[in-house]
Amino acid sequence: MKWEGTKAITAPTTPVTENRQFGSKMTDSKYFTTTKKGEIFELKAELNSDKKEKKKEAVKKVIASMTVGKDVSALFPDVVNCMQTDNLELKKLVYLYLMNYAKSQPDMAIMAVNTFVKDCEDPNPLIRALAVRTMGCIRVDKITEYLCEPLRKCLKDEDPYVRKTAAVCVAKLHDINAQLVEDQGFLDTLKDLISDSNPMVVANAVAALSEIAESHPNSNLLDLNPQTINKLLTALNECTEWGQIFILDCLANYTPRDDRESQSICERVTPRLSHANSAVVLSAVKVLMKFMEMLPKDLDYYGTLLKKLAPPLVTLLSAEPELQYVALRNINLIVQRRPEILKHEMKVFFVKYNDPIYVKLEKLDIMIRLASQANIAQVLAELKEYATEVDVDFVRKAVRAIGRCAIKVEQSAERCVSTLLDLIQTKVNYVVQEAIVVIKDIFRKYPNKYESVIATLCENLDSLDEPEARAAMIWIVGEYAERIDNADELLESFLEGFHDESTQVQLQLLTAIVKLFLKKPTETQELVQQVLSLATQDSDNPDLRDRGYIYWRLLSTDPVAAKEVVLAEKPLISEETDLIEPTLLEELICHIGTLASVYHKPPSAFVEGSRGVQHKRLPGSAGSGESVDSPDTGSAAGVSEAPPAVIPSQGDLLGDLLNLDLTPPTATGPPPAPSSGMQMGAMDLLGGGLDSLMGDESEPPPIPLRTDTPQSPQLSHQSPSPPDYSPTELGGDLGGSPAMGAGFGAPAAAMPATFSAPVSGGLDDLFDLGGGVGMPMGAYSPPKTVWLPAMKAKGLEISGTFARRAGVIQMEMTLTNKAMSVMTDFAIQFNRNSFGLAPAGPLQVLTPLSPNQSIEVALPLSTVGPVMKMEPLSNLQVAVKNNIDVFYFSCQYPISMLFVEDGKMERQVFLATWKDIPNDNESQFQIKDCHLSSDAASSKLQGSNVFTIAKRTVEGQDMLYQSMKLTNGIWVLAELRVQAGNPNYTVSLKCRAPEVSQCVFQSYEAMLKN
Amino acid sequence: MIGGLFIYNHKGEVLISRVYRDDIGRNAVDAFRVNVIHARQQVRSPVTNIARTSFFHVKRSNIWLAAVTKQNVNATMVFEFLYKMCDVMSAYFGKISEENVKNNFVLIYELLDEILDFGYPQNSETGALKTFITQQGIKSQVRPHGTKEEQSQITSQVTGQIGWRREGIKYRRNELFLDVLESVNLLMSPQGQVLSAHVSGRVVMKSYLSGMPECKFGMNDKIVIDRQGKGGSSEDGGKSKQSIAIDDCTFHQCVRLSKFDSERSISFIPPDGDYELMRYRTTKDIILPFRVIPLVREVGRTKLEVKVVIKSNFKSSLLAQKIEVRIPTPLNTSGVQLICMKGKAKYKASENAIVWKIKRMAGMKESQISAEIELLPTNDKKKWARPPISMNFEVPFAPSGLKVRYLKVFEPKLNYSDHDVIKWVRYIGRSGIYETRC
Repeated sequence: MKWEGTKAITAPTTPVTENRQFGSKMTDSKYFTTTKKGEIFELKAELNSDKKEKKKEAVKKVIASMTVGKDVSALFPDVVNCMQTDNLELKKLVYLYLMNYAKSQPDMAIMAVNTFVKDCEDPNPLIRALAVRTMGCIRVDKITEYLCEPLRKCLKDEDPYVRKTAAVCVAKLHDINAQLVEDQGFLDTLKDLISDSNPMVVANAVAALSEIAESHPNSNLLDLNPQTINKLLTALNECTEWGQIFILDCLANYTPRDDRESQSICERVTPRLSHANSAVVLSAVKVLMKFMEMLPKDLDYYGTLLKKLAPPLVTLLSAEPELQYVALRNINLIVQRRPEILKHEMKVFFVKYNDPIYVKLEKLDIMIRLASQANIAQVLAELKEYATEVDVDFVRKAVRAIGRCAIKVEQSAERCVSTLLDLIQTKVNYVVQEAIVVIKDIFRKYPNKYESVIATLCENLDSLDEPEARAAMIWIVGEYAERIDNADELLESFLEGFHDESTQVQLQLLTAIVKLFLKKPTETQELVQQVLSLATQDSDNPDLRDRGYIYWRLLSTDPVAAKEVVLAEKPLISEETDLIEPTLLEELICHIGTLASVYHKPPSAFVEGSRGVQHKRLPGSAGSGESVDSPDTGSAAGVSEAPPAVIPSQGDLLGDLLNLDLTPPTATGPPPAPSSGMQMGAMDLLGGGLDSLMGDESEPPPIPLRTDTPQSPQLSHQSPSPPDYSPTELGGDLGGSPAMGAGFGAPAAAMPATFSAPVSGGLDDLFDLGGGVGMPMGAYSPPKTVWLPAMKAKGLEISGTFARRAGVIQMEMTLTNKAMSVMTDFAIQFNRNSFGLAPAGPLQVLTPLSPNQSIEVALPLSTVGPVMKMEPLSNLQVAVKNNIDVFYFSCQYPISMLFVEDGKMERQVFLATWKDIPNDNESQFQIKDCHLSSDAASSKLQGSNVFTIAKRTVEGQDMLYQSMKLTNGIWVLAELRVQAGNPNYTVSLKCRAPEVSQCVFQSYEAMLKN
Repeated sequence: MIGGLFIYNHKGEVLISRVYRDDIGRNAVDAFRVNVIHARQQVRSPVTNIARTSFFHVKRSNIWLAAVTKQNVNATMVFEFLYKMCDVMSAYFGKISEENVKNNFVLIYELLDEILDFGYPQNSETGALKTFITQQGIKSQVRPHGTKEEQSQITSQVTGQIGWRREGIKYRRNELFLDVLESVNLLMSPQGQVLSAHVSGRVVMKSYLSGMPECKFGMNDKIVIDRQGKGGSSEDGGKSKQSIAIDDCTFHQCVRLSKFDSERSISFIPPDGDYELMRYRTTKDIILPFRVIPLVREVGRTKLEVKVVIKSNFKSSLLAQKIEVRIPTPLNTSGVQLICMKGKAKYKASENAIVWKIKRMAGMKESQISAEIELLPTNDKKKWARPPISMNFEVPFAPSGLKVRYLKVFEPKLNYSDHDVIKWVRYIGRSGIYETRC
């Protein structure tokens, strides 16, 4: 299709700028003013006027209307008619209009094509470039078709100005129609432009290619190799500041082959650190930070480079405030990754009185990160100064910073505390509240050191109106209840408005009162009962109710255990708070200078579509699939080069496994749980008080089946990372009755069995709270079953189970007296068995067992007894004696009780062992109807000391490689295959003693389905 | 890359709207207005994310410039670009005000078309832009477009290695002016301890030189002097003390950075006219021209006594000018009585400060002001924050100690030599943020 309707421009003319008269110079603003009816009509007339000047004025008016958002699309044909002019100024105006409205008037836009095509042939390079630039901005299919030929010519134009414009135009066209660009071979031409003689053409070609490559993550469009890198580095010295940014940003995507190449690129990039444009500087910093990873740390150059980085970063802080902000956000990342760069530059981060608030807050953040023993005195003096400023957010942050200094630099703790006390004396409400929140953390970090200040804190109790501060204060009162004479009064005062408090405060209050009760049981029964009933009966909040029930039950069943749980030693809080998670940090380092580094979020979090979805990582560790090394070891490039060469000699499997993904860090097994030995004698401590507490309860209170949000309960409030609390297990199991002391009739036989196990399950969960997310859930323990029915044992019923708690195997039993007489003098003995299980101590039943009474006993077991192979393997024969007779029974223990904590094999050893064990010893089993994800399965198994060594995903099937070790030193290796959507797992077990495989499999099934 | 650029007046009305990318809709214009300009609370970051669209803004007087994007752009570049845009606009029409933006909107559109292509910044050097932008700013002189040769010269200049200078410049008198402008920053504790001090300096040059002159600039940089000292005879101790340690410096894009990196020599072909050759920063051995000694005494709850002494600390033959001391007063001040030995002092209630001005003051002198501030009793529990006392001044030397050693000009093609160039050097030290806590 060819448009003949428009007259082509004839003779080339030089554009002439009209010499505007002096009088008209101040008049452009008038175009903004007219807004009358019939305006469009008037404009139409003017646009069709014969007078050039009038036409131009009219187009200007149109553009002004367009700017303020008026719809002037009706004028499209009239404006387009003005396009054929030799007046460059008018032409530019018409083009501007076209870019805005072509999309809404595609059919009419085609009228412009001919002019564009003609302009692309114009002898004036400025006009050629203008035409191709504008055409690319018109997103109308019909026009893009016509664009291809002129674009092809312009890409090879003799004039660099036209070529650099055409290069960007390819990116524009790609945005409209990617396929077209590929079909037309523009990408290759664009690649050729990287070798162009003109630096600006190179820069624009790099920019265009980088953008196109971003939407094709897997193409090797930007085929960066040492030759192209060399070209880019050459162009870097010559092109405009913006071009330098494009090139540096592109360089940052390259991964050098070795440390020498890395060093030579760094050497050529460092001069950019002296550029006046901050963006050039930061992009250079990005390249250096990334390539530094590959340099050996002992290299002289590495140290030189580190030293060179500090001054330009500091200089960025004398730029305009907006740039300072971006720089500070980036410095925050750099300081986390390489604290050594700026460790001596604390002073430059001191806040100036007139800094904008966003700069102040960022500086404060960095000050805390850089605080050390060497500079703490200065920092503290500054922070104290800031705490008296005007801006509330800033003051709060400054107060918080003082607390963080105390936690970070032990030597300064005392000074920090006294500074905080001074601040509390100011009585400025928000300062006081903030101070109390941080003092709580200081108490956590240095227990039993600064309690003398509690009195001062208590004075301010009434002025606290923020939940966080109230919760902190309540925590302090609960934690130090024994030292505060009127702790009960203080807590009681909060209790009055219990339901008006926020959840945070309610939870804290509940815990604090329970703590108080455990410390001063005699005086506070009423209080604890009150809070428990408030929490469980009058509250709609599932978290609160759950916690209330847990406490209630703990207190009623086993106050000793309750004490151990509630008053457990808390893990120390870490020095470094709110550090960015290492993998994210690495990704953000690769994005220095960009929005991602400002938001501290990966691009995928705020960019739509495919762009920016690729995760960048730092180089340094060889081995493609492996997780990146930790910062400390990451830069040993020379070392990490070595392993790949070794792989082939170790055979195929080794090669396979080296590509496996490491599972998340396996931490240290389940956190130490206090022994839940349930000693009846301990009951006496609380005795009657508890009975009366429980006695009122005729009906067991309703129990929520599950909590909705796994909000972190009390213990976690103080721990730095809130652990996952598994609500389903808890809620699901808590089906029993909490009324322990009350006598029950017929159902009593079944009761204890269903009851005690869930409680221990609940305890497990509580113990796990100390750990981080993804920690194992605790060892699997089957529910209790009746081992010895009352009929066979003259009224003694024994039900029980086995559990492994903190590395100790326990036999947990419930003894119930169903006879009419009292039972005493209990003792226990085992027959010889497969794994040498034997009681590690006598059976602890200290009080006589009255009729209809039950007692929980936990018997720790050792594995050093006499050994005899049993059939089945896990069979255990037991004899129990009491004052009446001796009774025999046999039971089976799950073999998972025998999995020891150090059952994690080294990868290499695993490989070797797996190969070493003959294939005959391998047995395969199916586990049906299991709906866990591979990760969930892995963490569940880990709770029972089945350790996942590696994970590999092949075609949607996850393969977990696991190891476990039995108490007698037998290793069992397993391969667990999990396919998404398929509830049937396959487990292959290899072991030198194949007899255990069957038992292990049964345990697997039990653990996974639990 | 940048998806669009908007300019608003203080009311949030759009003056300029240029969209470069298809992913930025018209609603983005409104989103920024509603969420930032009309926001109820003060906006606390220069970067705002609204519905996955990021807005970068800077303000010039009461005009808002906002760049919009939906991609992970180079944020530093966007801000640098916005500043550059402001510079270019100022170069064309002076102050950036609503009036001027409206008067020059066609010009701004043309500029935006040229310096941003598809959101990628292109050439933004005003000197180069003026050669081919058709619209003239209301200030600028008219320059007609030239011949074909001139056109290609324009394009090669715009895209070439020396994008900041055109060929064929001729002056009858080759002349250059060097200004060393320093701002000295200080934060001092009430006890007179220097908490932080630094000088940020700029070397600004006005060059009226013919042809494509090759220039070399030298100053008393410690590194350079030490190097030379090693080579030649050991200079007398007095001279090596004259050198200064520069913490860091940045250069105009005309300076060959790789040469500076390797030899620490500053060589370049300068742009024509005004430009900033370099910026630098020093922190060691700074001459603090003034020392402020505050004494604040709270007499009861309704009275404050303030005494401030300033001491000038430089050669007595030199004169400092435009001295201004600003002493903050509490919000509940009801009256102030002032006695000063020199200059004029006034209590400015609207600024909550006593402003003490002295026109001139020689070195090694001292002056004093005392004030009695009466306060209204308040219920406000919060104590007065005591903002620092700040100072402004201008001195005719460089507080960092920087000295220009030489500026050599070579133009091999034209017949003028270094000797024929008339060179002027001037040092001005100004106060940056010069604060003493009280």
